[in-house]
Amino acid sequence: MAGISRDEVLHVARLARLELTDEEVGKFQEQLSDIIEAISKVSELDLSDVPPTAHPLEIANTWAEDEPGPCLSAAEAFANAPDREDGYFKVPPA
Amino acid sequence: MIDTLTLTAEEAWRLVDAREVSGAELFAAYRAAIDERDDELHAFLHVADDPGGDGLPIAIKDVIGTQGVPTTAGSKILESYVPVFDATVAARCKSHGLRLLGKTNTDEFAMGSSTENSAFGPSRNPWDPTRVPGGSGGGSAAAVSGGLAPWALGSDTGGSIKQPSALCGNVGLRPTYGTVSRYGVVAFASSLDQVGPVAKTVRDCAFLYSIIAGRDENDSTTVDVPAVELPDAEDLKGLRIGVPKEMNEREGIEPGVTAAVLEAIELAESLGAEVGECSLPRSVEYGVACYYLVAPAEASSNLGRYDGVRYGLRSDGEDFRTMLMNTRHDGFGDEPKRRIMIGTYALSSGYYDAYYGTAQKVRTVIRREHAAVFESFDVIVSPTSPTVAFKIGEKADNPLAMYLNDLLTIPSCMAGLPGLNIPCGLSEGLPVGLQLIGPQFSENILFRTGHALERALGFDGVPARLRS
Repeated sequence: MAGISRDEVLHVARLARLELTDEEVGKFQEQLSDIIEAISKVSELDLSDVPPTAHPLEIANTWAEDEPGPCLSAAEAFANAPDREDGYFKVPPA
Repeated sequence: MIDTLTLTAEEAWRLVDAREVSGAELFAAYRAAIDERDDELHAFLHVADDPGGDGLPIAIKDVIGTQGVPTTAGSKILESYVPVFDATVAARCKSHGLRLLGKTNTDEFAMGSSTENSAFGPSRNPWDPTRVPGGSGGGSAAAVSGGLAPWALGSDTGGSIKQPSALCGNVGLRPTYGTVSRYGVVAFASSLDQVGPVAKTVRDCAFLYSIIAGRDENDSTTVDVPAVELPDAEDLKGLRIGVPKEMNEREGIEPGVTAAVLEAIELAESLGAEVGECSLPRSVEYGVACYYLVAPAEASSNLGRYDGVRYGLRSDGEDFRTMLMNTRHDGFGDEPKRRIMIGTYALSSGYYDAYYGTAQKVRTVIRREHAAVFESFDVIVSPTSPTVAFKIGEKADNPLAMYLNDLLTIPSCMAGLPGLNIPCGLSEGLPVGLQLIGPQFSENILFRTGHALERALGFDGVPARLRS
């Protein structure tokens, strides 16, 4: 399973919405291949009867009362926006 | 005259309480130390004006949101970000009168072991400025040992509090998962991230932990936390210390590190502790691989929010998708890009079971192995880092070599366990860190053990070259 092809690097970058230059694709292909080879080590163990751990504490379904509380004002919510118009975040056309 | 290099937070607090020094004078003393030494150390990304308050100054890692004060997470993508609310931990510090000195440097999104991945340049180790202070929280550790802050907050995903504390010769706690709120903290890997204190002494570390720990209704992973006891016992009678052989005898651990750790273990025995060998074979063998699947997988999801829409950098693009892809290309450095891609790969169709699903099962193996050891021992010990501080640039071009630096800190993080680093000596003139690990919610035992050892070791935490 080790190694990752150039096309796979481009595929993964596309899934992650990352633009890459040609030079970056080559560099990351090499580095990611080394990393994937190292992490593939997890497949050496026999794990057939082992349940997965998603979270280190055994807590589930933490509920809170459904009560209104203070929240950000519109001005605060927009304070860091790169672009906005009339109470909306503004983006280029889809 | 306040000597910020030697003053503990406890003593500083006493001086302020006794009105021998005002909070403003104290703040000014640390600010003067920053002005004097931070051009060289680069521990801070942003230095704040005195916000006032009744208490001590504090430095906060730049992944922790601070209202009205820039919070970049060491990334260009957040270079212009100024939070409109405080993280819960920052608010708790404020409500205890702590005054924000500034925001400390970090590897970008806390991804790294040296601060060399910071978009704003590395921090330097106060013991030797040609060396790294560790990472990701190298800025906080360098600030504390360089006398630029009495204490600091860090964050730890796979060792980012413990390892820099080891490399800089100070005390750092990675608390039990769920004890400290992450609300308002820039997320990296949510099943692992924990905020924790960095300080000069174990008592200072315990006190700062008591300020930040506790359930927060804004973070549903937090739980009620046992009352924190400030340690004062100087013996270790009745304490059972386990020495996992895989974490102490492994190839790659420098001889000087092993020697200092062995001396500390012998000292623990002379203080009354029972010391015995134990074993964590699979945790050590598979921990790093497991971590570098789980953490990037979670990071690839968490970093999806940087889209150039609501906050942060936006690059040009004629349509939305081009803008999005250009923003992420321009805003993220190489390490976040690598981890986003590894994580996306590990979660992608056809690979999920082989990688992420398998890593989650390995995580169960690691948890169980630690639980079994804690049936016979109260605390386990090892070096925190296999090496002392390495040279800036030494591992910068080899991501995999950098990852192996976390070999000894990662396994307990995967199991959600608390870990305390205390300095235990020098090797080649550089600090060596001792890692103490306990079961979940055993912070008080770690403080007690760390405090007794700290007193007996008598380590001088002031970097030799800065001693007057």
